[in-house]
Amino acid sequence: MAAAPDTGNAGGFLGWIDARFPLSKLWREQVSEYYAPKNFNFWYYFGVLSMVVLANQLITGIFLTMSYKPSAAEAFSSVEFIMRDLDWGWLIRYMHSTGASAFFIVIYLHMFRALLYGSSRKPRELLWIFGCLIFLLLMAEAFMGYVLPWGNMSFWGAQVIVSLFGSLPVIGGGLVEWIRGDYVIADATLNRFFALHVAALPIALIFLVIAHLMALHEVGSNNPDGIEIKKLKGADGHPLDGIPFHPYYTVKDLAGIAMFLLLFCGVIFFAPTFGGLFLEAPNFEPANPLQTPPHIAPVWYFTPFYAMLRAVPSFAGTQVWGVLVMGGAIVVLFFLPWLDRSPVKSIRYRGPVYKIALAIFSVSFIILGICGLKPPAGIYPLLAKICTGLYFAFFLLMPWYTKIDSVKPVPQRVTGHA
Amino acid sequence: MSDQVDHSRRRLLTVATVGTGAIGAVFAAAPFLASWQPSARAKALGAPVDVDASKLEDGQMLKVVWRGQPVYVIRRSKAVVDSLGGHDALLADPNSEGSTQPDYIKASGAARARNADYWIGLAVCTHLGCSPLGAFEANNASQLSGVDLGQGWPGGFYCPCHGSKYDISGRVFKAQPAPKNLTVPPYAITADAHIVIGVDAAKTA
Repeated sequence: MAAAPDTGNAGGFLGWIDARFPLSKLWREQVSEYYAPKNFNFWYYFGVLSMVVLANQLITGIFLTMSYKPSAAEAFSSVEFIMRDLDWGWLIRYMHSTGASAFFIVIYLHMFRALLYGSSRKPRELLWIFGCLIFLLLMAEAFMGYVLPWGNMSFWGAQVIVSLFGSLPVIGGGLVEWIRGDYVIADATLNRFFALHVAALPIALIFLVIAHLMALHEVGSNNPDGIEIKKLKGADGHPLDGIPFHPYYTVKDLAGIAMFLLLFCGVIFFAPTFGGLFLEAPNFEPANPLQTPPHIAPVWYFTPFYAMLRAVPSFAGTQVWGVLVMGGAIVVLFFLPWLDRSPVKSIRYRGPVYKIALAIFSVSFIILGICGLKPPAGIYPLLAKICTGLYFAFFLLMPWYTKIDSVKPVPQRVTGHA
Repeated sequence: MSDQVDHSRRRLLTVATVGTGAIGAVFAAAPFLASWQPSARAKALGAPVDVDASKLEDGQMLKVVWRGQPVYVIRRSKAVVDSLGGHDALLADPNSEGSTQPDYIKASGAARARNADYWIGLAVCTHLGCSPLGAFEANNASQLSGVDLGQGWPGGFYCPCHGSKYDISGRVFKAQPAPKNLTVPPYAITADAHIVIGVDAAKTA
């Protein structure tokens, strides 16, 4: 620690604080002397962008709770009130609803980056697992948030998703009643989803994000070459291929954030429903337990998993298999660091097998997303079945195809920049 | 006093303390988990409904409300029951594979009932939730004013909103707007024709 000694006895207000709280120490360790690889590319924006979106969701969410009423009788009209009567309420709500979709866009791209450059591999397994937990909580958070406006799609979406638990053997029926707190999706369900959405899950999410960042700063960031910069250190004890996060990456990230906000605001101002993808048309009618929307589809970010659920036929008199496959699609992610047996991390030094596998996987995931939006008719059920198979094949066959794949020699130093 | 630390004793006490605390935590969690159960108010509003169907004549129908939804109770004549399996070819889901009902209803085949003499089902069209009308007379194409039920009508339900047709077991005909058969709620039926809607087995007659 070259710069360390001067802080403890520094004068002034900062010195007074530092004697009582490790403010300068934290700043140095986590930001100004956190050495990140100097070859970060486009794919490395999405971590910081997900933090930006999280902040957006927290701030807009807090302001929405000030006008929202979590009761079956008042929820829909309170959202209408926010949209029509509250000064700037429409902006706050559209920032929140667009933020939900933006969250999944940046998280999916952030996860794809890990598949590109082997970011889940040793020693970053726990970092990856924290990330998977964040993804899982985010899905729960988004689902419950979608129920709150108490539109007709909120109601029937909740009906369909909560009934999924009913297909579990033995405990299913009681479990569904316990989740709903009633015999149908009702006021009690809305109220508890509100509590989870605005208090329990955000607290858990923030905690996990901190754990994710602590794990990241402990092991150090991966990079597009998939090599460990900590192996080669200069005379000053810092990695030769590392640069301090601040000011180099704070400035670079600000540019990325500006670009992101341009797109984000474009959606908020010009296409807040995004053609029915971000806010579905049936949700502009109040919840009606007697009237099912003609076609129930979840919001776009859940559709790949919803398509998997529908792709599995009922077997032996139960539909639990589809639920298990859908759950398995998330669970299998946790095992990624151990499924990948390639001696190299980055796709830059992998052979054609992994490149083709990743391409097929990505296309399958997108096709699944489209299948989940469409009614289960025509070509879509067959496509969903094939792509569900390919999704799982990507993970479950990984121990074999990554082993037989050819590799290129990995350089000692990161490439690209001088 | 000895400076020696008795590590095995310390370990035992630690394990015992942590174990007791863990058991206490489980008990303390129970009230919070139980608070998610349907409340007394929800239970009261969702209580099973007891319907005395013994006074129903053949072809008569009762409409009752259970958990905020209308439920039909219909007495079917022997002739109607005998004819139920005769038009399976016209139905979209004759064996109720894709429809919603308890297993014991599905197992009863064309009758879709615990006792074939009575049919019980939700009066909620599976298309958009309208209430279907009864048109129980077989081979009577004009029993509903202004509606032509078509040749060889076996008796059943007609939804006035978008024209979905169901047979008298609530099974939807082919090529109708409605995708599924009418939903059958769980119910029990006693020897003296009391129908208890909302439970799978009646406690006492």
